[in-house]
Amino acid sequence: MTAFKTSFVAAVFWPRLKRNRMAMVGLLVVLLLFVISFLAPFLTPYDPSAINAWDVLQPPSWNHWFGTDELGRDVLTRVLYGARISLKVGFVAIGIAVLLGSAVGLVAGYYGGWVDSLLMRCVDIMLCFPSFFLILAVIAFLNPSIWIIMAVIGLTGWMGVARLVRAEVLTIREMDYILAARCIGCSDLRIILRHILPNALSPVLVAATLGVAGAILTESALSFLGIGVQPPTPSWGNILTSGKDYIEFAWWLSLFPGQAILITVLAYNLLGEGIRDALDPRTSR
Amino acid sequence: MTVYLLRRIAMLVPLMLGITLITFTVIHLAPGEPVDMQMAMNPKVGKEARERLTKFYGLDKPLPEQYFTWLGRLARLDLGRSFSSDNRPVLDKIKERLPITLSLNLVALLIEFGLAIPIGVLAAVKRDTILDKGITVVVFLGFAVPTFWLALLLMYFFGVKLNWLPISGLHTLGYESYSWLGRLWDLTKHLVLPICVASFGSFAGVSRYMRSAMLQVIGQDYITTARAKGLSERVVIWKHALRNALLPLITLLGFSIPGLIGGSVIFETIFAIPGMGQLFYQGVMSRDYPVVMGILVIGAFLTLLGNLIADISYALADPRIRQQ
Repeated sequence: MTAFKTSFVAAVFWPRLKRNRMAMVGLLVVLLLFVISFLAPFLTPYDPSAINAWDVLQPPSWNHWFGTDELGRDVLTRVLYGARISLKVGFVAIGIAVLLGSAVGLVAGYYGGWVDSLLMRCVDIMLCFPSFFLILAVIAFLNPSIWIIMAVIGLTGWMGVARLVRAEVLTIREMDYILAARCIGCSDLRIILRHILPNALSPVLVAATLGVAGAILTESALSFLGIGVQPPTPSWGNILTSGKDYIEFAWWLSLFPGQAILITVLAYNLLGEGIRDALDPRTSR
Repeated sequence: MTVYLLRRIAMLVPLMLGITLITFTVIHLAPGEPVDMQMAMNPKVGKEARERLTKFYGLDKPLPEQYFTWLGRLARLDLGRSFSSDNRPVLDKIKERLPITLSLNLVALLIEFGLAIPIGVLAAVKRDTILDKGITVVVFLGFAVPTFWLALLLMYFFGVKLNWLPISGLHTLGYESYSWLGRLWDLTKHLVLPICVASFGSFAGVSRYMRSAMLQVIGQDYITTARAKGLSERVVIWKHALRNALLPLITLLGFSIPGLIGGSVIFETIFAIPGMGQLFYQGVMSRDYPVVMGILVIGAFLTLLGNLIADISYALADPRIRQQ
C-alpha cells in the first residue's frame, strides 16, 4: 500500500503537477512564505513592535520600504512577521477541520443507516449558520486568543470535508477489496483506517489546500474587525485596521498588507487547483 | 411533487431545533454569566440588584430548563430585550434593520448574477482562447481579494482621492431638506461602494461555476443535435444550452445566503450602514446576548428558508424531479 502510494506520487502525481506552471508558482510562493515566517527576524533590522515616535506615518522610503504606521513601527517588518500568524492559522484551523470532517465522513459513509442520517443532519444544521456570525459570536464571548481563533475557524469549517469524504466512502465501501478485507476478519476500525481512508484522501487534499486560503481570509477579516489577533502581535488583518483609520493620510498602511493577503491566498488557490487537476485521471494531458 | 414538498417541509422541524440548540450552546459556552457583563460596566450595582437580574433572566435555573423557556419564548417570536441602554425588544431592533440588509444583498445578488452568468458562459464558449484565460486570471484574483481590503481601496480611491462618492452611512447630513429625487440620488451615491463590495464577494465563484456547468452542457448530444439541425450558434448557446446550465445555479443561490448575511458584517461595519450585520457586530462587541442569539437564530432560519425555496424552485424548473 505504502509502496504503491509513493510510486504514484513519484510517477504520476508529481510530474503532472510539475507541468502545471501556475501550480508551481503557487507552490513556490507557499514555500517562500514558510521561509519568511521562519527567518523573519533575520530579514529585517527592525523589531515588529518597537515604537518610534520620530518616525510616525512615514511614507515608503529607502529605510522603510513599506513606510511606517501610526506608532512609527516598520510596516514591512510587521508584514513579514504577519506571515507567521497567517501560516499558523491556516494550517492549524484546516488541520482541525480535516480531522473532524474526515472522522464524521468516514463514520457516516461506512456505517450508513441512522448514523449516517444523524451525522448528515448535523452537517445540514451547521451549514445553515452564516459561519462568519458564528465565529464572531464565539470568539468575542471567549476573549480572542490565537488558539481560540484557530479552533473556531476549524470547528465551523469541517462540513465540506465531511460531505466529500462520505461521498468517497460510499463508493469505496462497495469495492471488492473491502469485501476481501472483511472476509479475512479485519475489524471495522482497521478497514476504515487502513483500506478506506487512504483511498478517500485525494479530494480532502484539494479541499484542505483551498481551505487554508479560506482560513487565512477569515482570520484577516476577524483581525481587521478587532476580534482576531490582538495588537501588538502583527497580523495582516490588524495592520489593515490602522490602514482604515488613517486612510486619508497613509495609503501604504492599506496597500501592502492587503497585497500580502492577496498573494498568499492566490498561491494556495493555484496550488489547490493544480493538485485537483493532477489527481484527476480525466484531465491527463 | 406534493409528497416531496411535505417531506421537505417536515425535515425543517429537526433542523430548526438543531439550530436553536447550537445557538443556545454557543452562547452558554462563554465563561461567566451575561449578568457579569452588565455588572462590569456598572460597578455601582449591588449584590441585590445582581440577584434580581439573575432571577429576571432565569439564569439561576438549570441549563436544560433555561433552554426550553427560551425555546418557548422563541416560538412566540419573543426574542427578549436588548442588554444595551435602550433596552428595546430584540425583535424590533432586528425588524428595522433586516430590510436594509436584505434589500442591499438582493441588489448585490442581482448585479452579481447578472454579470457572472454571461461572463461564465462566454468563458465556456470561448474555451482555451485568450478571452477565457483572461477571465480565468480575473476570477482567480477575485477569489483571493479580501472584501474588506477591496472596500478600503475603493474608499481611498473614490472617496478620498477623487472625492466622488461618500464613504459612510446612507445619507448626507441634512438630506431631509432635499427633494425626493435629490434624496434618491443621495441614497444611490451612498450605496454604490457597499453594493460593489457586496456583489464582488462571490462573483468569482458564480462565474467559475457557470463556466463549468456550461462546459458540461455543451458536450451533450442534444446540443450537437441542435447544431446539426442548423440552428444559429446564438440560439444553441443562449437558448438551448443556457437553460440547462442555469439549473444548478438555483441550488447555488440557496447556498449563498449564509455567505451574504455573514459578509454583511464586514461591509456594513466599514461603510457604517445601519443593517443587521452592524447590529450583530455591535451586539457581539458589547456582549448583548439577546441580540446575538436572536440574530444567529434568525440568520440560520433565513438560510433554511432560502434553501427550501431553492429546492422547490429546482423541482419546479426540472421536470425530472417534478414527476418523481
